[in-house]
Amino acid sequence: MRVALRGILANRMRSALTMLGILIGTAAVILLVAVGTGISNQVQVQIKNLGTNAIYILPERNTSAQNRGTSARRIRLTKADVKALSDKTRAPSIDLVAPTVGSSGTVTWQGNTYALQNFIGGSPEFGDIRNTPVAEGRFLNEEDIASHAKVAVIGQTVVDHLFGKGIDPVGQQVEFNGVRFRIVGLQVKKGSNGFQDQDDFMFAPISTVIDNIVGNVDSYTIIGARAANKDMLPEAMVEIRTILSQTHALKPGDPPDFIVFNAAALLAAGKAAAKQFQLLLGFVAAISLLIGGIGVMNIMLVTVTERTREIGIRKALGAQRTDIVTQFLSEAMLLASLGGLIGVAVGVGVGHLKSATMQPVVSPGSVVLSFGVSVLIGIFFGAYPASRAAALTPMEALRYE
Amino acid sequence: MTALPAAGPAEKPVLLLDRLHKKYNPGSQLEVHVLKGVSLAVERGDYVAIMGHSGSGKSTMLNILGCLDVPTEGRYLIDGVDVSSLSEAQLADVRNQYLGFVFQSFNLVRRTSALANVELPLVYAGVSRSERRRRAQTALELVGLGDRTGHMSNELSGGQQQRVAIARAIATGPAIILADEPTGNLDSQSTEEVLQIFGRLNAAGRTIVIITHEDDVASHAKRVVILADGRIAADRRNAPLHSSPPGLVDLTAAEETTEISVTDAATAPGVVVP
Ligand SMILES: Nc1ncnc2c1ncn2[C@@H]1O[C@H](COP(=O)(O)OP(=O)(O)O)[C@@H](O)[C@H]1O
Ligand SMILES: [Mg+2]
Repeated sequence: MRVALRGILANRMRSALTMLGILIGTAAVILLVAVGTGISNQVQVQIKNLGTNAIYILPERNTSAQNRGTSARRIRLTKADVKALSDKTRAPSIDLVAPTVGSSGTVTWQGNTYALQNFIGGSPEFGDIRNTPVAEGRFLNEEDIASHAKVAVIGQTVVDHLFGKGIDPVGQQVEFNGVRFRIVGLQVKKGSNGFQDQDDFMFAPISTVIDNIVGNVDSYTIIGARAANKDMLPEAMVEIRTILSQTHALKPGDPPDFIVFNAAALLAAGKAAAKQFQLLLGFVAAISLLIGGIGVMNIMLVTVTERTREIGIRKALGAQRTDIVTQFLSEAMLLASLGGLIGVAVGVGVGHLKSATMQPVVSPGSVVLSFGVSVLIGIFFGAYPASRAAALTPMEALRYE
Repeated sequence: MTALPAAGPAEKPVLLLDRLHKKYNPGSQLEVHVLKGVSLAVERGDYVAIMGHSGSGKSTMLNILGCLDVPTEGRYLIDGVDVSSLSEAQLADVRNQYLGFVFQSFNLVRRTSALANVELPLVYAGVSRSERRRRAQTALELVGLGDRTGHMSNELSGGQQQRVAIARAIATGPAIILADEPTGNLDSQSTEEVLQIFGRLNAAGRTIVIITHEDDVASHAKRVVILADGRIAADRRNAPLHSSPPGLVDLTAAEETTEISVTDAATAPGVVVP
């Protein structure tokens, strides 16, 4: 062991490079797996944020039905659709239906402007479907709808863009496309769902928005619906598809001109995507481990000439084959496990840093695996050439080139 | 198990080469027939210089004598024991305990101190740490490097490196010292120092075989063997050149007593050959 330690110290550069290779391999695997798990967790949390009972219906704008010209009518969601969906006998699994109208334009506050994509005319019911609490103030209420009040509930992203730091948005007057609204509530921040920013919106009463902004065109941007409970979700989706196919007079075989989606379905898709992503990261991790291993192997092979000569000298001085193998094996083991341990420390350490968007989750399995594999690589490539050289006669080893 | 007796005519040779052949790359296109039936007997306590043109097979022969290489044909006996009958482990013991080899190119372990280099054969002999240190120190003092023990091998001059290599070769107190052109890379001053060391070791009873191409160096030996084209071309005894200088006998005598137990073991191959 002492001889091994001497060998390590006598060849600092080689030792450092070997350790670095193993360190990088180990740390990379731990980190990539941690990031993969973190992202997977995050996706699940975010999709859950959508509210699992909520179902959203959108017009399918790029359907081939349009291109085929089978129907001249515009593809849209109408009052008739909402009425049909609200019919408890036709849609027994649905307990809430709420249409929205959407617009985009410029919001202004005291000279600050913000280009808003989602100015939504909604209702308290839509708020119930969406199931997101307010952080401050209140959501829209029935009175706002009835009185066509010029009030709005705002999302955090819009607040960040429109107001200066430390300004309470609730109570402020803003203008959207020239219409003044008073902010009555701020919704809880939901973050990104992986596809879009969920805090980039303003809600105003649907009656007000129809009056002042979009006009009475009988076309809804999104219809929200809610399954009576989680178990009824699949039936609710089926009922919606059936009813809309009827109200849109689709012939059998026609592609639907609407999209129905639900957070649970997204959750499944998101889980699958995250799984794929994790797999990909695992693959990258395996490659980095391999590259670390190849690095170690290269260092070992490059120094094998020199080391074989050293083995020749040692054998000439009376070293037994076991002396040589023991020395090089302990040298490789010491280097590899030291590199591996530092790698684990780095991987776990960095893995516990909380990043702005995501919390990596270090899994014990990845630690054990990466440490084990990289140490094995180090030991194999450290000891194998040495044990082969140890079998040579001293002269063969001394002449080795 | 016998104690080291005085070398006498009745004594069997300590080294015996019997019709030895060595071919490199035998059977291939690159086959070189280097040793073509060399027979040589070296008595205990002798001091043999091997001379010959470059490429005549001197190193090849010495490597076989040092158990670093194996002959293609013929027998090699150390104290009457055929080396080819020894196991790999026993061979390692013979190299460690019985033979001290000094390479022409020193072959010190790089980036390792002089002391650690000299300690190496003692490590493989299983000598305890403190004892190892003490003996390595003694060996280094014997070659006049007592004040250079901590120096890395690359921080020493050629002559100093050669002396470290000699100290390493004698550290376990081997009965036989083999040296391949130990003065080949040295200036006359260093050559003189190295030759003095060999003289002292021989005076202390060690058998020495040294390769050289310098007549001056050969004149220090008791016997000169000339190799030509893989055969022994001449073999003569030198007239006694000098008796050991009195000042040096004390030193070697002191060294001899510290190593006496090892020497005993080493001169009895029965220890390594069951
Ligand atoms: N490993 C080897 N492979 C092939 N030929 C060798 C090898 N070592 C030595 N030789 C050849 O054997 C001959 C004798 O070499 P050597 O014993 O080193 O001679 P010397 O020491 O007398 O100069 C030379 O012709 C040399 O080229
Ligand atoms: Mg030579």
